[in-house]
Amino acid sequence: MSQTSGKGSDYESSLKDSDSSVAVFTQKAKSPLGFAQHFLHGNPTMVPVIVLLLSIIVFGIISPNFFSPFNLSLIMQQVAIVGILAAAQSLVILTAGIDLSVAAVMVMISVIMGRLSVEFGLPVPIAIGFGLVCGCATGFLNGLLVTKVKLPPFITTLGTWNIFLALNYYLSGRETIRSQTLDAEAPLLKLFGERFNLGGAVLTWGVVLMIVIFFALWFVLNRTAFGRHVYAIGDDKEAAELSGIRTDRTLVGVYMLSGFIVAIAAWASIGRVGSISPTSFFEANLESITAVVIGGISLFGGRGSILGPLIGAIIVGVFNSGLRLAGVDVLWQLFATGWLIIIAVAIDQWIRKISA
Amino acid sequence: MSARPTPVLSARNLVKRYGRVTAINEADFDLYPGEILAVIGDNGAGKSSLIKAVSGAVVPDEGEVKLNGEPIRFNSPIEAREAGIETVYQQLALSPALSIADNMFLGREIRKKGFLGKYLRMLDRPAMEKIAREKLSELGLMTIQNISQAVETLSGGQRQGVAVARAAAFGSKVIILDEPTAALGVKESRKVLELIQDVRSRGMPIVLISHNMPHVFEVADRIHIHRLGRRLCVIDPKKASMNDAVALMTGAKQPDPALEAA
Repeated sequence: MSQTSGKGSDYESSLKDSDSSVAVFTQKAKSPLGFAQHFLHGNPTMVPVIVLLLSIIVFGIISPNFFSPFNLSLIMQQVAIVGILAAAQSLVILTAGIDLSVAAVMVMISVIMGRLSVEFGLPVPIAIGFGLVCGCATGFLNGLLVTKVKLPPFITTLGTWNIFLALNYYLSGRETIRSQTLDAEAPLLKLFGERFNLGGAVLTWGVVLMIVIFFALWFVLNRTAFGRHVYAIGDDKEAAELSGIRTDRTLVGVYMLSGFIVAIAAWASIGRVGSISPTSFFEANLESITAVVIGGISLFGGRGSILGPLIGAIIVGVFNSGLRLAGVDVLWQLFATGWLIIIAVAIDQWIRKISA
Repeated sequence: MSARPTPVLSARNLVKRYGRVTAINEADFDLYPGEILAVIGDNGAGKSSLIKAVSGAVVPDEGEVKLNGEPIRFNSPIEAREAGIETVYQQLALSPALSIADNMFLGREIRKKGFLGKYLRMLDRPAMEKIAREKLSELGLMTIQNISQAVETLSGGQRQGVAVARAAAFGSKVIILDEPTAALGVKESRKVLELIQDVRSRGMPIVLISHNMPHVFEVADRIHIHRLGRRLCVIDPKKASMNDAVALMTGAKQPDPALEAA
C-alpha cells in the first residue's frame, strides 16, 4: 500500500525508441480465395451479377429460344411486380427488419383503388392517390409498432399481414373486379400493363417503373443523409442513436416509404394481372424476400446494395424461364430457388467473416 | 472555490433512480474552462450514469445542470450536441460499415447547394471528405490513407482517433470521453492521450472518465472521485498520489482537505 506512484508508472518511458506510427496498413499477400473474399466484401453486388451472367450463359446454351427478345422481355415482365416489392422489402431489411406484410398490403391497395374507381365512381387519379396514401398509412402503422411499441419487425408484420389480409377480403367482398369492367370504367389502372416496342423486344411500363424505382432508391440510399442513416441503423442501432440520428423517425420513414412503394406495386400489379383479385399474389411475400436475399442484402441489416435485389429478382425469373424452356418440371424451379437462397446467405456469412 | 471562473458545465443534486437502484445520489459536478477533469470511481459507483445525465443520454429525476451558468435540460444526446457538448462513448458510436467521412458527419451531413441539395437532398461528399481529412490531419491521424474506407477496416486506435476527431471537430463547449483508452494497446493509448492534450491546448475543456490511474494522473488537472453515486471529493493530482486516489475511491480513506484541488 505504501509504494508511491513514481516507481511503477513510468513503464511507458521504455517506449520512446519504438516505432511511433500508430498503425500502418501492410498489404499482406492474399490467397486467391482471400482476394475474392475481400473483393466481394467491397463489392457485395458482384455475387448476384456473376450468378446472373452464369445462369444466362448456361440457359442460353441449353435452350436456344432463351435469347429471343420475346423471352427476355417476358422474363422482365414477370419479375416486375415482385421486383418492385423487393425494392420496398430491401429498405426494411437494410434496417435489420423484415416486412411480411408487403404482399397483403399490395393486394389490399389494388382492391381499394379498383373499388373506389369502379363501384364508388371516384375519378381514377383520386382513387390511385388515395391508394398511395393508404400505402403510406400501412407503413406508418408498421413503423409505429416497431419503434414506439418496440415489437420486433417480424412479429409486427406477421400481425399486420393477417390484419391487412382480412381487411382485403372485407373490402373486396371476396369478389374479383373483371378485366372488361376495368377497361370500360378505369383504364388508367391498367397503365403499367401497356406494352411498347423497344428494338424487337416488347416491354411494359411496369418494367420501366421497376427500374426507375430501383435507381431512385439507389440515389436516396447512397446520396442522401436519410440513406446513410438507414445503413447506420441497420448496422448498429445504438451507435446510430448515440451519433445523433433520430432513429425512430428514420425507421418510421423507412416503413412509410416502403408502404408507398408497395402501393405503387399495387397499381402496377393491376396492369400485370389485368383484373383485381383479392386472392392474387399469395406467394409474392416470400418471393420478395427471396429476391432481396439472392441480391446480396444481408438479413442482419446495414449491408448490401439496393441494386442487388433487382438482379436477384431477375435471377429467379431467369431460372424459372430457363428451366421451363428446357422442359423441366415446375417443381425443379422451386428446388433451384431454394438452393439459390441457401447459397446466397452462405456467401453472405462467409463475406462477413472477413478479417480487417 | 469562490475565486474561480464560472464552470462551463456544472450539476447540482442530481438524482437518478432505476426502480430501487439509485444510480446517482445527489451528485454534484463542475467542469472549469480549459481544464481536463478526470472522473474516477469504482465499478458501479455511477460514473457513467453521471456523465450520461450531463450529456443528455439520461434524463435525471432531480437536480439541475448548468451550461456556462445557464440552467439547461437535455432530453436527448442530440440536444446536448446542439448545445456544444460532444461525447465519445465507450462503445464508440461509429457505424462499422460506413466510411470514415460518413461516420464523422453522421447525423449532421452537409448537403449540396442549390437544387440538388435543397430538393433532392443530395449530400456534398467532396466537402465532407475534405473537412474530415483536414480534421484528421490536424490531429495527426493521417496514417489513415483513405477517408472513404469503412471504419470496420481500422484498428482500435484508429477508430478511437476517428471518434475523438469527430468530437473535437464539432464540440464547441465540452468534450466528454468515456474510457477512451480502455480497449487500446500501450502505443495506441499514448497517441490518444497526446490527442487529448492537444485538444485541451486549444482551450477546450475535457471530461475524461478512466480506470487507468497513470493516464489520469498524467493528463488531468483535477480529479473528481465518485463514490456510491455521488462526488466524494475533487483532488489535485500534484498533491495526491495514485494510492490516495484508489484509497478514496474504494472507501479505504476519508477525504483529506490537504489533497483537495483548489
